[in-house]
Amino acid sequence: MRDLVRNRMALAALVFILAVLVFAILAPLLAGYDPASTDPGSILTAPSREHIFGTDRLGRDIFSRIVYGARISLAIGFIAVGIASLIGVFIGSIAGYYGGKIDYMLMRFVDIMLCFPTIFLILAVISLLEPSVTNIMVIIGATGWMGIARLVRAEVLTLKERDFVSAAKVMGAKDSRIIARHIIPNAIGPVLVSATLGVGGAILTESALSFLGIGVQPPTPSWGNILMDGRSTLGVAWWLTVFPGLFILFTVLSYNILGEALRDTFEPRLKE
Amino acid sequence: MNPKVSFEARERLEKLYELDKPVHIQYLEWVKRFVRFDFGRSYLDDRPVSEKIAERIPITILINFSAILLTLGLGIPLGITSAIKRGKLPDKLTTIFVFIGFSTPEFWLALLVMNLFCITLGWLPVSGISSLDFESFNIIGRILDVARHLILPVAISTFGSLAIISRYMRTEMVGIMTQDYIRTARAKGLSENSVIYKHALKNALLPVITILGLSVPGLIGGSVIFESIFAIPGMGRLFFESVMARDYPVIMGVLSIGAMLTLLGNFLADIAYSYADPRIRVVSEEVKA
Amino acid sequence: MNILEVKNLKIYFNVPDGIVKAVDDVSFNIEKGKVFGLVGESGSGKTLTALSILKLISWPGIIAGGSIIFNGTDLLRLDEENLRGIRGSKISIVFQEPASSFNPVFTIGQQIVETIINHQGVDGNKAKDLALECLHRMHINETRRVFHNYPHQLSGGTKQRAMIAMALANSPELVILDEPTTALDVTIQAQILDLLEEIIEKEKLSILFISHDFGIVSRMCGHIAVMHRGKIVEAGATKQVLNDPRNDYTASLLKSVKALT
Repeated sequence: MRDLVRNRMALAALVFILAVLVFAILAPLLAGYDPASTDPGSILTAPSREHIFGTDRLGRDIFSRIVYGARISLAIGFIAVGIASLIGVFIGSIAGYYGGKIDYMLMRFVDIMLCFPTIFLILAVISLLEPSVTNIMVIIGATGWMGIARLVRAEVLTLKERDFVSAAKVMGAKDSRIIARHIIPNAIGPVLVSATLGVGGAILTESALSFLGIGVQPPTPSWGNILMDGRSTLGVAWWLTVFPGLFILFTVLSYNILGEALRDTFEPRLKE
Repeated sequence: MNPKVSFEARERLEKLYELDKPVHIQYLEWVKRFVRFDFGRSYLDDRPVSEKIAERIPITILINFSAILLTLGLGIPLGITSAIKRGKLPDKLTTIFVFIGFSTPEFWLALLVMNLFCITLGWLPVSGISSLDFESFNIIGRILDVARHLILPVAISTFGSLAIISRYMRTEMVGIMTQDYIRTARAKGLSENSVIYKHALKNALLPVITILGLSVPGLIGGSVIFESIFAIPGMGRLFFESVMARDYPVIMGVLSIGAMLTLLGNFLADIAYSYADPRIRVVSEEVKA
Repeated sequence: MNILEVKNLKIYFNVPDGIVKAVDDVSFNIEKGKVFGLVGESGSGKTLTALSILKLISWPGIIAGGSIIFNGTDLLRLDEENLRGIRGSKISIVFQEPASSFNPVFTIGQQIVETIINHQGVDGNKAKDLALECLHRMHINETRRVFHNYPHQLSGGTKQRAMIAMALANSPELVILDEPTTALDVTIQAQILDLLEEIIEKEKLSILFISHDFGIVSRMCGHIAVMHRGKIVEAGATKQVLNDPRNDYTASLLKSVKALT
């Protein structure tokens, strides 16, 4: 913990993350306008005192859309990572704990999933379903658990040889109990690191999908789909592109910095 | 299926796609076709899927291959420098650069860069892979023309993976420099350059081969985005278009090819690694003897 | 005549909690042609002392003071280029772990030839011949095979012989042996010690022998110094120190050894 506090960058990142969270939660208070309300009179106006980030093609206030968009983008990030972590921990711990054929089958499954570029998988699944916020959360989560599964499996493999597991076994504890109560809490470190970095990745993925039009559908704002408009109006209305992009950049950056800082805490450090 | 389609039409389609046969026969037929690269025909224009893919693959591979070369060419030296000057300014700057690199949305960067270089400055062409008067160029002109069109996509593709490679090299080098054999090399009176670029580097490069293999799916996937933005007729864009159009045969085809390319990449990486690392290579030779 | 004079050597470590005096004002001399032993438990500072002779101390350790005179020159004040000329040629060092001390991706031959070319400036073929000769002198059988082998293909004993061969390749005046047999099996240990005795005798080498094992030290060294927590607590002729230790620490150390044997 001491190292964490000492690392000023990580602290800054954490502060930023919390700020964005607060931003998102307090959206209704902070936004000056209803993100969906259009104002044909002020189409594509540059940042000004009434609209600090300018307006878009339908006259909607960008700042409000970004603030509300934060809710969506962050929610997707967290839930997708949550899903991925659940699946990953589940599969990884079973594979690691039981070993043998189960392990082999599960790991082959992981390998197969990893064969496909993630975007391809996501797009393929979306082609079968309708893009909606819920679907996107699930899809991103369902295509991103493989790394966590491998990590958990590796941890479980080392942990299961340890004494406290043998002790629990001798006392007749059920397998599921051993896994849940003893092994998983100890393996949580790398998972936390992965999850933190994963939020950044999920936000990037969601924004890419929304940008391409197959993510969050307008009028629901997400940082990605605000950028979608920016694509065609780049020369004229730079604010449509720059602001959401910066938000994505700094948010993802913060999660990455935090994740790396966590990694340094959990993993043995080389002599620096 | 569109419910309005008449009963006979449905029957005909079912027969065509052999949906009337039992599932396991369907699977076998599919595998047979798969092996022959027969992915059926596109819903959109009824052309064979493999044909559509084949005309798009070379471009995607060209872009990704160039990106890999560039990533290695820049990333490895960056990583080494970071490791040597650990904690000092070059390291800090590189680290910041690298972090921003993997936090930036590629498409956003693409937009900004496109705006800057193509629209504002007009240095580079906005889209496509060749200019309208491509045919009138000689061979050098043509190469240059393609290069001008591809600089931005390749650069954007590199930006993201640069981060990973250089960070990895840095970690590897830092770890290796504390090893005993580096101490021995110094104790033998070798110059610092020799110690770093001969003894340390050769060890650090080994895992890079594996990482390269692993980054293939990422590269192929990334091309979906910037091929769309830069209007490049590559495999990624083909995939995206077929997703939008629900052109399932093409979707399946590209997925399969994508997976095969990934496997190929990993396979090549494995072979290269076992060749490069004497601990693995020599054991297998001994086993043979 | 002294080949090496260590005077008031201080090696400090800068750690978050403060400064650790790993080597605290250590002085001793090594006579030309003699074997000098530096004895102590792990952590006593003996390896660091040895490393400092070739200025191989790395951060967070620093050489905080003292001088090391070799053939009239203070090594601690020598510039890098001259120092590199001495390392591996006038003074060489054999480390404890042959397995990790060789670079795993180069052959033994390549690594020995490398130091020969670096210091003697001969061409590749001559260097190869010299290297093979070195290996042969270490009583390694199948020198060609060992030459072309990678470290992981050789046994511990063979590796250590190769390491010694590499250290002797440029006819050094002073050889530092840092626990050369500790990582080896007992039977191999004996073989290596025999080899060392033979070479020391034949080539009239001056040796700094570092060990925690009094038995080995009593066999190999004429004079010894005992280190404890960075300081030398006792020094003198081996027989004298072992039979009549004047320092309490030395005495208790010897007693515990005798109790085991």
